[in-house]
Amino acid sequence: MALIIAAALVMGLAGLIVLLWAIGSGQYDDLEGAAARILLDDTAGDPSAPDKV
Amino acid sequence: MNLAATSVDLSRFLSRRPDGTVTFDALVKGAHCAGCLAKIEKGVGALPGVASARLNLSTGKLAIVGSAGLKPDFVLQRLHDLGYEGVPFEAGASLDEDAREGRFLLHCLVVAAFGTVFTMGLTDAIWYGGDMDATLRGLFFWLAATVSVPATLYSGQPFFLSAWKVLKRHRTNMDVPISLALILSLGLSLWQTAQGTGHVYFDAAVMLSFLLLTGRYLDFLLRNRARGAARHLLAMQSVLVRRQAGSELETVAAADLNPGNHILLTSGERTPVDGVLDDHGTELDLSLVTGESVPVLRTAGAAVSAGSIVTGAPVLLRVTARVENSLVADLARLLEAGRQGKSLYVSLADRAARAYVPFVAVTALAVLAGWLWAGAGFAHALTNAVTVLIVTCPCALGLAVPAVQIAATGRLFRDGIFVKSGDALERLAEIDHAVFDKTGTLTLGKLVLENKGQIAPAILEQAAGLARASSHPLARALVAAAGEGPVSSGVMETAGSGLEAPGRQGAQRLGNAAWCGVTDDENGASLWFRDGSADPVRFIFRDQIRPESRQMVADLHRRGIVVEMLTGDRSIPAGRIAAEAGIPLWCAAVGPKEKADRLRTLAMRGQRVLMVGDGINDAGALALAHVSIAPGTATDISQRAADMVLRGSTLSPLVEAFDVARKARRLVIQNFILAGLYNAAAIPLAALGLVTPLVAAAAMASSSLLVTLNALRLAPWRAP
Repeated sequence: MALIIAAALVMGLAGLIVLLWAIGSGQYDDLEGAAARILLDDTAGDPSAPDKV
Repeated sequence: MNLAATSVDLSRFLSRRPDGTVTFDALVKGAHCAGCLAKIEKGVGALPGVASARLNLSTGKLAIVGSAGLKPDFVLQRLHDLGYEGVPFEAGASLDEDAREGRFLLHCLVVAAFGTVFTMGLTDAIWYGGDMDATLRGLFFWLAATVSVPATLYSGQPFFLSAWKVLKRHRTNMDVPISLALILSLGLSLWQTAQGTGHVYFDAAVMLSFLLLTGRYLDFLLRNRARGAARHLLAMQSVLVRRQAGSELETVAAADLNPGNHILLTSGERTPVDGVLDDHGTELDLSLVTGESVPVLRTAGAAVSAGSIVTGAPVLLRVTARVENSLVADLARLLEAGRQGKSLYVSLADRAARAYVPFVAVTALAVLAGWLWAGAGFAHALTNAVTVLIVTCPCALGLAVPAVQIAATGRLFRDGIFVKSGDALERLAEIDHAVFDKTGTLTLGKLVLENKGQIAPAILEQAAGLARASSHPLARALVAAAGEGPVSSGVMETAGSGLEAPGRQGAQRLGNAAWCGVTDDENGASLWFRDGSADPVRFIFRDQIRPESRQMVADLHRRGIVVEMLTGDRSIPAGRIAAEAGIPLWCAAVGPKEKADRLRTLAMRGQRVLMVGDGINDAGALALAHVSIAPGTATDISQRAADMVLRGSTLSPLVEAFDVARKARRLVIQNFILAGLYNAAAIPLAALGLVTPLVAAAAMASSSLLVTLNALRLAPWRAP
């Protein structure tokens, strides 16, 4: 049982750390934009693959 | 403002990164959907020298990374072609700071959420595992402590810091009892766990922090949105002008102009500073300065105040005052006075907090004293007192106001109204008197040909042929009335007088009365047209009332609001517009100072006044009013002075704003009552020691949920 509790804590902490990293890296800075971007075609919203004409 | 068209040099807005790339930031107005996002990013991304363009829809900031070939004016021109207004944006510290504050709150919120889920998982096992043995229970409590104590202390930072800040100044706010409840509940729980007894509030403490942070984060989003609106307005004011330097012209920011400089103003440009016309005169549109609807002629040597728009020939203006001194000193003082007056306004949330803090403190102390007096042990008495502190902790109160305000401003934003501060909505809900400016507010501020019916179509077409060659406002109004058509050949323009072209019966002339050889008896907006030696024909123009003004005034009357019109214009056009709009109460030829005085008088009589105006002459009144709204076409200073700005070009959202504000106020009060009822039920139970930690946690969550659901009744996706 101790193992299960420890595993739960570790998994939870891992999730927390990932989320904190995501916030820190600015992924939550533009929620409206994120909501809109999902509607766009694949390459349009991706800065690493700009749609060059 | 079309910066691209004025061909100014924008290279000072470029910044170079160490890796050789060049960045340029612009604020884009009017982008709100996925379509806009795709259009802008694709359109700008396809420009030469642009490696990537990324638009932040929440803040409107377009971040462009590119190579040395990046041309800011191309970017702005492309934005303009796409139908958006863009201005160069100097990356200030404020945007980063806002982002940092938001991230910090979100960090705390996330930690609190994880802590809540975890602690509940552990404590629920205890509350429901009735036959758990004492050792296992103890282990679970300690596990809950290891999760919830750090989580609460970390996530409670915003409250602790704010409480400490006010305590240092010997004052108190809502965060003091919150911090106290958080720390005491953790301390009490640790102590109880060590004792091996069951009054353990680990789950309640971290949940409290989570719910309160939710309210705090909503409040942040609200303020951020308001600041975003303010930032847009500020950026739009970063006007660039062309200054004479020797025989050349250089582009500088208006804020860098000094007295003695000469700036070039072409037709359609607005002067950002006070100045004097040096070598020759021109025609000026003063509607933003005085409210006069007709352009006036000024000769060389005349003083021109900031906000005047050149409509005649290009001129050199000698600057006489810097931007910040360019408004009449009175006006600046008025603005300041108004701002101070507003900072005295106490929002509903603050009023609630003022009543709440002493109430909770006294109740907790009374419970402690009561149990001691009744002969209970100190530990027992303290436990019950802390329980009272915990159950009265204002999560529902903390959510009551921001949840409603964010729903209300979100809805107003969709309807085209920028709300610059949360309490502006509260103040709008209280108004009983509305004062409107005329030119540009009740009217379109645009001249329209009035006597079209009396003019022969052939004459109109000939006059329009000349007018199409000019950019003068009256000529454009004439063209608008005549519609599409050819331009006459050989048109010559004499600035300040009129147009001339060769015709079959001699020269055709279109222009002012003297230009066509007649003496003008009336001082109004008119053009004369003369075909050779034929009789001159007069075209009369006048400002048109907005189509929605009458309905809006009627709607306000129906809501019991007294409507009044104050204008700087002369009394004949003023009376006509007032009659058309259905406003019985009006006053003409009112200067900026008298407007402000009138508002002061109304305020003194105890009336709460909404001021709606767009001109520089309204700015003082806007700042003094209980609450103020500026149309989207208003001058920068008016938009800055106003509490709300209409985004579109119609006035009709104004009534909607008022209705939403009233509804928001009702919901806030309902929420206070809900939170109060919850406290009224919880305090006696807690004081008697009947509240278990499970009940406390459940009551806290349910009351917060109730308040939030109530606020959502105003949400943007609901019909009114």
